[in-house]
Order: sequence, then structure tokens, then C-alpha cells
Amino acid sequence: MTSQTPLVKTPASVRKIGFLDFGIRLSAVILAFVFTSLILLLVKADPLEAYKSIIVGAFGSTIKFTSVVASWVPLVIATSGLLFTFTAGLWNIGMEGQIVFGSIFAVGAFRLLDETGMDPTLVIILVFIAGALGGILWALLPGLMKIYGGVNEIFGGLGLNFVAKTVAIWLIFGPWKRPGVASGSGTEWIDVKFRLANLPGTNLSLTILIIALIIAVLTAIMLKGTHFGLKLKAIGKNDKAAYLLGIPTTRYFLLAFGMCGLFAGIAGAILVTSKQYSLIPDAGFGYGFLGLLVAMLVNYHPIWSSVVAIFFAALSIGNTQLQYMGLNTYFAGVLQGILVLFVVLVDGLRKRLVRRR
Amino acid sequence: MKITLQHIDKSFGKVHANDDINLIIPSGTIQGILGENGAGKSTLMKILTGYYQADSGDILLDDVKVKIASPEDAVMRGIGMLHQDPLDFPPMKVIDNFLLGTKGGLFPKRKDVEKEIVRLSTEFDFQINPDTFVETMTVGERQQLEILRLLWLGVKVLILDEPTTGISANQKEKLFATLVKLAGQGLTVIFVSHKLEEVELLCNRVAVFRQGRLVGEMEPPYSTDQFVYMMFGKSVETGEKTSFCKDDSYIKLNGIGIEDYRLHLKNINLEIKCGEVIGLAGMEGSGQRLFLRMLAGLMRPVSGKILFDEVDFTGKNYLAFQKAGVAYLPASRLEEGLIPGMTLTEHFILSEEHHELFVDQKTAVDLTEERIRAFYIKGTPVSQIEQLSGGNQQRALLALLRNRLRLILMEHPTRGLDIESAIWIWSKMKERCKDCASIVFTSSDLDEILQYSDRILVFFGGLVSPPLDAKSTSVDELGQLIGGKGW
Repeated sequence: MTSQTPLVKTPASVRKIGFLDFGIRLSAVILAFVFTSLILLLVKADPLEAYKSIIVGAFGSTIKFTSVVASWVPLVIATSGLLFTFTAGLWNIGMEGQIVFGSIFAVGAFRLLDETGMDPTLVIILVFIAGALGGILWALLPGLMKIYGGVNEIFGGLGLNFVAKTVAIWLIFGPWKRPGVASGSGTEWIDVKFRLANLPGTNLSLTILIIALIIAVLTAIMLKGTHFGLKLKAIGKNDKAAYLLGIPTTRYFLLAFGMCGLFAGIAGAILVTSKQYSLIPDAGFGYGFLGLLVAMLVNYHPIWSSVVAIFFAALSIGNTQLQYMGLNTYFAGVLQGILVLFVVLVDGLRKRLVRRR
Repeated sequence: MKITLQHIDKSFGKVHANDDINLIIPSGTIQGILGENGAGKSTLMKILTGYYQADSGDILLDDVKVKIASPEDAVMRGIGMLHQDPLDFPPMKVIDNFLLGTKGGLFPKRKDVEKEIVRLSTEFDFQINPDTFVETMTVGERQQLEILRLLWLGVKVLILDEPTTGISANQKEKLFATLVKLAGQGLTVIFVSHKLEEVELLCNRVAVFRQGRLVGEMEPPYSTDQFVYMMFGKSVETGEKTSFCKDDSYIKLNGIGIEDYRLHLKNINLEIKCGEVIGLAGMEGSGQRLFLRMLAGLMRPVSGKILFDEVDFTGKNYLAFQKAGVAYLPASRLEEGLIPGMTLTEHFILSEEHHELFVDQKTAVDLTEERIRAFYIKGTPVSQIEQLSGGNQQRALLALLRNRLRLILMEHPTRGLDIESAIWIWSKMKERCKDCASIVFTSSDLDEILQYSDRILVFFGGLVSPPLDAKSTSVDELGQLIGGKGW
């Protein structure tokens, strides 16, 4: 290129757009906080006080901070999975159900292996594999329905979320009910020897932290550095052209769903082995939906999504502190939702503005 | 209504689509607008119906200067257009399609409208039942429906854009009778077509367009030869004709039939020789695209066999065809050929087969720079593909072609390019022919087809001509065939 003058000034303009993009996103976040503050004022609460108590609630002690990290783990895993489907241009709304199915398969594996006297570590590994299979199975379904049945993956996923939850409830009150009394509080707890131990004085298991870090890094590398990631991106941006370039698009759609399901299943197994120790009706804890929000908020960027996931986890944990102010603990959900709405809205306005010009 | 167009000018970027058009259409006439694809007919009609605004010039309706702001505005002023693809709502009933166009009122007057449909329908001898679902109707019936709807809305000018594509002979007769009747009632009918025969049969006067200009007007008696001359102009002087056609053939088509919802191509037999270039001539939508997509494995033939080196490829998918050495370059570059939002380098990585896990950025950038130089692409390895100009996108598309191809399928390979680029692109393609690749391409430029093809297939309304030898065919002969004469 040295002999030729580049006639399209790409590098400069790209950098400029990137900077502008960041500024726009930041302003959207600020707007979201202003809007949330207005809501708080409306219910006669001091916004600054509320934000302060969220921060104290999230980072005020070791226990609290490690709780945030423990909550970040399934969130970042779910988000990582969703980055694969989003990159391929797919809206995997069924993520929540896929996590639930991971949990179902994990608890099922415990029930099978509980009495065998197998080494607990080996059992836990098998449970994780089972969870992964459950997640993959439940993720391939909307993929297959889309490819062979023409069902939009949003509707497929939405329906399968309900089915997954119903299956969990049926198991809890039916075949897997506690001896004597079936209860909405879940199935019987798994034996202590199968639970992942927390680091002393904290709420966090080192194992799950390592798994999450591996998955986050792996996702960033796969999406940014491999042919696989590049092909997914091509399909997401223009599947017709990608097909003409020689990419077997249906196979890659299914691979994206499969990767997402794999991570969903692992998240489900983590929730069973380190948080709930049983199957409960709300087995996904909303991490699938929250993951969608995080991914959208960062425009599907792997590294930024890990960072924003910390923020979201902190909101969810710090939130509990709000009840001392007489506020409902659903407030974090309000803030998270408003954040995403504003970012998406402002981004839409920006595009409209650019098109006008 | 009398329509006067004064000095209408419209450009899209570098393309001068309408160049100082002056035309007066008196009321009660059937005005023919004749010309090749891309001659500027549709642009002018879209200006008249408010889809586009002219860059300069005036439109006068009954000698009053007007500004037509939108298609709705045009209908309100009494100008209605029947599009090539009917703009109705297939999953709804006929009556609902009518009601959608009505203004005001919370509850539509269903009964009244129903009566009107029946009345209009009998007046023109159409069989349109208000309770039929539109999706069950044929293209011809949907066209009748749209005419009725426009008349019901009170239009005084009816524009028809290539209305006879995809309708039966009987429906065509009925359509023509209707148009004559409407003109008799004082309506102005504008009939846009490339079919000489129809224009000659139907129109009171004809305006011929070529390359954005109105090149001539005629009234009966018409001379076909003069029409052809006006439509295609003189043949342009182009370089020496080269051919790398060899005797052995790699691809054989036996009794191929292809269908889509409006066209049925039947019993095509063809052997494509190594190094041969086959040009597909015909008006857009006459089946050339179907033929190319069939050859690419993107569309399954309903009958017959495709053989590559005597191996049956019928029913295999595009990826299998691609492995066998087939490449397909679609006309809509940014929709089908390239991926907006990705860089040139990313495109080159995707276009090659890779078996390693990680992307080797350095090699990829080197390859991209080499291709940028070889194909004179004005851009850098990190240029997003949509930032390139149309011509450079076309060069990029060609640069993405893999090595060792056996069959290259191209839709309008030089459309929108200047002559120099076009000649350059063909020199690149002929190099491929030297390496024994065969080329099948479509073009609306007859000179291009005659210049670069060894043989030519002409497509007309679902018919495919036997292969014509390009050396012994003239622009006039081709023009006649494309216009539906001499079949």
C-alpha cells in the first residue's frame, strides 16, 4: 500500500465513530440515571441516598463483595453464551429456559449418582457435563425450529422458556418431590459433599470464578480471533452473502445455538452446585434475561460485557440494602431495564440522525 | 387529464437517469413509453407518481403547475400507478384491500364498497369477488383488482409498468380492451413496456427512451425497425473479439425446467464448453436470473438433469456446486454478494477455505493488499466494504473469486461502471476463460453481450431461444427477439 494513496479515509473515520459511540452510550447511561432519580423522587425517596446504599450494599464488606462476584459468575457466563447467538444475528430469548434445563439435568445427574459412592469430584464433573447437555438440548430446539420449521427464534425461545419452567415445577411437585411433602421451595438439597465450598469468610467458590473467567476469555478469543468467530459475524451481518461466500449457514446457526446452550447449561450446573443446591421453580434466577440486557447494553462486545456484568451484579446484590430505606428490592430491575432502554433508544436516535445527514 | 412534462432532470449520483425530458400527453390517449431496462422509463414514472422528486423541471396537470409530494398526493391529484409487482396485501380479502385505501370513518362502509366492487367488476368484465383472499388470485387477477381499486379511488391517469409480465394471453386481451375503454372515457393511460408488439398494438403514440433521454416520438403507422434503432442506438465500437472456447464440454443441461411463481422455463438443453462465454439476453425478469441461480445450485430445477463432468449434480446445494468450481456473482452487491459492516480483509479471509483455528491477520492483510493492487481497488485493507464506490465493490467482488474455477455466473457484471472499468473487468474474466473456466452472464447491454459472448441465449416471457452464435447475430436481431418478435 506504500505506493498507493488510500482514497478512503477509513482508519480515522472509524476511530472517530468509536469515540462518538462511546460518548453517546455514556450520555445514555447518564440520562437513565437522571430518569431513575426522577422515579425515586416521585416515590419520595432521596436518589443519592438510594444509590449510596446500593454501593454500600454491594461493596460494603467482604461477604457483600464476594456475593457480587458470585452473582457475576452465572451472569457473565450467560452473557458470553448470548454473544455467540447475537454475533450470528440470532435473538436467543430462550436463554433463561436453557439455564433452567441445565439445572434440571444437573439435579437429575445428582439423583442418579448420589447413592453410587463415586468420588464427589468425579460426580461434580459428571453433573456439569449433564448440565451442559441439558442446556445444549434446549438451545438446539429453537435453532432446529427456526431452520426447519420457519419459527422465529424469538417465539421459539419464548415458548420454550415457559415449557422449561413448567417441567421444573412438574419435577418439583411430582417425580422429584421431597419425601412426604411436595413444596414450592424446591427439591431436596444435594449432599454437602457435592457442594462447591466457598472460600473461607466469603460467599464465593473459587471453582466457579475460574470457570467464569475461562469462559469469558474463551468467548473473547473465539469471537475476535478465530475463523469460527469471523464466520459467525459474517452470517450475522448478511447471511445470504455469507452463504454465497461458502459458509454453511445452517450449520453455523446451530453451532451458535449450541455454544450458547453449552454455557447456559454450565451456568445452570453452577447455580445448582454453589447457590441453590436443589431445583427450584425459578431455577434460572433471571440470569438469562439479565444476560440479554448486558449484551445489548455493550453492543455485543465481549470484554465490555464482562465489565458491565459486574455493574449489573452489584446492582442486584446492593439492591437488598434498599429495603432499609423502605424501597422495594425490585428497584435494581427498574434501573437495569431503564439503562438498556435508554442506550438502545439513544443509539436508534443516533442512527436516524446520521441517516438524515 | 393532460400531462405536460417540462425539462425533467434526475440524477442518482453519477447516473443521469432522466436528462431534460419534455413530453406532452393529451387526455384520452394511450401513451406508450418504450425503452430498454435502465433507459429512464421507471424513473420518470416514479417522478410523476411522487416516489421521487425531480432535480429540476416542471410537471403540469391540465396546464396547471403542480408539485407531487408523495404517492398519496399523486393519487389525490388523480394519478395512479399499477406496479410491476402488485402492491396489495395477499393474506387479506379483496374488500379489505379496498377498505385500507379509504380515508376517515371509524367503521368502514363495508356494504357500499362491496357493491362498488361488483359494479366496477362487471363493467369491465372482470371476475372479482370481494370476499376472495388475494393470495389465491393469479397475477393477472391481482392486476385487475389493482386497476379497479385505482379507478374506484378516482384516478384520471393510469400508469402501467410492464403490465403484461406474468399474465395469461386471455388476461392480456382483457387488459388491453379495458385500457381502450378507459381511454375512450377520457382517461389518460401511460403504458410502460419493452415489448414492441404490445406497444404497436395498443398505443396511440409512443415515446422512446434510451440512456436517460427521450430519443424520439412516433405515431401510427409504426416502423419496427425504427423502434429498434431508437431503443438500442448505434452499436458502440469495442475492441477485438477474443474467444478461448474449446471443444470439450464440462457442463451439460438435459431437459431442465425451472419455475417460480410467475415464470415457467421448460426443457432447456445446453452444453457449456470449456472457456466459453454465454450471454443471457432479455428484459429483466424474463428468467435469466432463475437460469443463473439454477446453474449455481441455488435453485432446484423442477425437471431435467445438471451434469458436471458426467456427474449428476441435480438437487445438490450451492456449497456442493461451489466445491465443484462454480462461483456466483449476484447483481445486488451489498445485499447478496458482500457483507456491509465488514472490512475488505475480512472478506478475503472469508472467501478462502481455512482449516486452522485462528485467523492469521498478517497473511490476510498481505493477501488483501496484493489483491487491492491487482484489481485496482480504491480502498485499504481496513475499509468497510460499504464505504467503497459501486465500481470498487464490483472489483472487490471479482477479487474474491477463488482460483481454479470451472464456471463463473455473473449478473450484470458491469452495470453502473464506466466503459473503461467494464473493459478492464472483461479482460480479467477472459483470463479466467484462458484457464478453461466457462462464463455465463446476464446483461441488459446488448453490445456487451455481442462483444464478449461466444453464444447467446435470449429469454422472453418464459421462453429460451436455442443458442445463437454471437458472431453471426446483430444488435437488431437481438433487439427484435428481446422485444418478442421473430419467435
